[in-house]
Amino acid sequence: MTSLNFEAIFQSKIDDEVKIEPKDWMPDAYRKTLIRQISQHAHSEIVGMLPEGNWITRAPSLRRKLILLAKVQDEAGHGLYLYSAAETLGADRDDLVQQLLTGKAKYSSIFNYPTLNWADIGAIGWLVDGAAITNQVMLTRTSYGPYARAMVRICKEESFHQRQGYELMMAMAFGSPEQKAMAQDSLNRWWWPALMMFGPHDSDSPHSDQALKWKIKRKSNDELRQNFVDVTVPQAEYLGLTVPDPDLRWNEERGHYDFGKINWDEFWSVVKGNGPCNRQRIQARTKAYEDGAWVREAAMAHAEKKEQRKMQPEAASKAA
Amino acid sequence: MTKYLLQLADNALILGHRLGEWCGHAPEMELDMALTNIALDLTGQARSLYQRVAELEGLGKDEDDYAYLRDAWEFRNVLLVEQPNGDFAYTIVRQFIFDAYNYYLHRALTQSKDEWLAGFAAKSLKEITYHLRFSSEWMLRLGDGTEVSHAKLQAAIENLWNYTGELTKPNEVEQALTVQGICPNLTQLKTEIEAKMTEVLAAANVTAPVGAWMQSGGKDGSHSEHLGFILAEMQFLQRAYPGLEW
Repeated sequence: MTSLNFEAIFQSKIDDEVKIEPKDWMPDAYRKTLIRQISQHAHSEIVGMLPEGNWITRAPSLRRKLILLAKVQDEAGHGLYLYSAAETLGADRDDLVQQLLTGKAKYSSIFNYPTLNWADIGAIGWLVDGAAITNQVMLTRTSYGPYARAMVRICKEESFHQRQGYELMMAMAFGSPEQKAMAQDSLNRWWWPALMMFGPHDSDSPHSDQALKWKIKRKSNDELRQNFVDVTVPQAEYLGLTVPDPDLRWNEERGHYDFGKINWDEFWSVVKGNGPCNRQRIQARTKAYEDGAWVREAAMAHAEKKEQRKMQPEAASKAA
Repeated sequence: MTKYLLQLADNALILGHRLGEWCGHAPEMELDMALTNIALDLTGQARSLYQRVAELEGLGKDEDDYAYLRDAWEFRNVLLVEQPNGDFAYTIVRQFIFDAYNYYLHRALTQSKDEWLAGFAAKSLKEITYHLRFSSEWMLRLGDGTEVSHAKLQAAIENLWNYTGELTKPNEVEQALTVQGICPNLTQLKTEIEAKMTEVLAAANVTAPVGAWMQSGGKDGSHSEHLGFILAEMQFLQRAYPGLEW
């Protein structure tokens, strides 16, 4: 069979909604796209632990502290799960982590923004996880089997996080004037970066067309962004908070909210490394990796010695 | 009784807090998850204990009043748990010493004449058993692993060993409750705890300092300088904006 035939069979599976599995033939570009996307997603989970972890020691009640610890722990779990999904495509977790630390691989730019007040922990759950879910619900039907299945589990936990985030925002928005001010300040800072999470406009998105054809993606960036705005604006209204967009209004004719122009200069600037926390995030990950090297080496050396000790009596008995 | 429960609660809260500081910075993702898991267990245990104290006192306080609105001298945790994370070997040694103590303590507390405490101990013992297994395994890995890890483990033991004495030296609160059969006789527990420590240290090929001076005072509210900073961070929002719901 020629590679053309392979490719035709592959595309017909996709068209027939048959999942692609690790051992199936797939075009190199499909494999590369998936490794890139899944590992970026894994990196985002791991880097995403940092802005939230920033508030673990300052959580204002034991209940909130437990919720936050559990959430950040879930993210570590998602990271691990996604690196494993990438490994089914022949990638190696260590290589992927190296790509993150050297800046070769990207992660969601949203995590390059700082968490400055306690309401940010609510805003991240509500807006950032909210935006992520909009994207990830689509990915539960993505064409690559292991990725789709990982997403089913991750989505369940993410929607739990999103509800908890919104509940935290409610406590703040309906709380004292200071708490409401924190909530508003946090919405002001996270709203636009959350909209940017969906990526460039469809017209400027380099990978979109092929990804749609291969059903890695099933909706365009702009469609997903619109879904998110439509769902989230009424939630902000319920909280009595003002979305920081003077152009935001309901468009009866379209049946959607119209919203203002996204500052793409800011988006690209943060992607290129100039966000408020890009350096700190990578430095923190690098420090954890480097400081932990001797621990990982010790664990490996111990495992090898243990294995050898197991072998030795065997060898000794054979010799006798 | 409430003083004793606060000792247990504060141990769990403060150690859980320290472990939470690792979150996102551990040597491996698997360790991020494991350390956070222990932090979750301990913080959960602290919560149950504070709730029980609130119930017994009947002063209309809630769990957060104890964690967030007491100053350092009112905290009754042992000095060991407030010591900084240091490197991973420090964290493991601190955890192992505490787990070994905590395991035998809770196992004995399941026989407490106080029904609530016996029930609490039985429930927590499942979690603490896992903590002890985790920290013992890591003692072994670090001790047996490489020259570097062995040296770091030995150094951590030498630096933390003087916080072991306080664990099994009963204060007045514990002595009184031992007489009532509510809390175990720490002097008797000491044998079991030390046997466990000796076993794991030997397996890890490290040695405990002989005749080390033992620091104490935490159980009665006399702490190291570290606790003040832990509380400054932990209590910041509750102190800056008093009386709010979060």
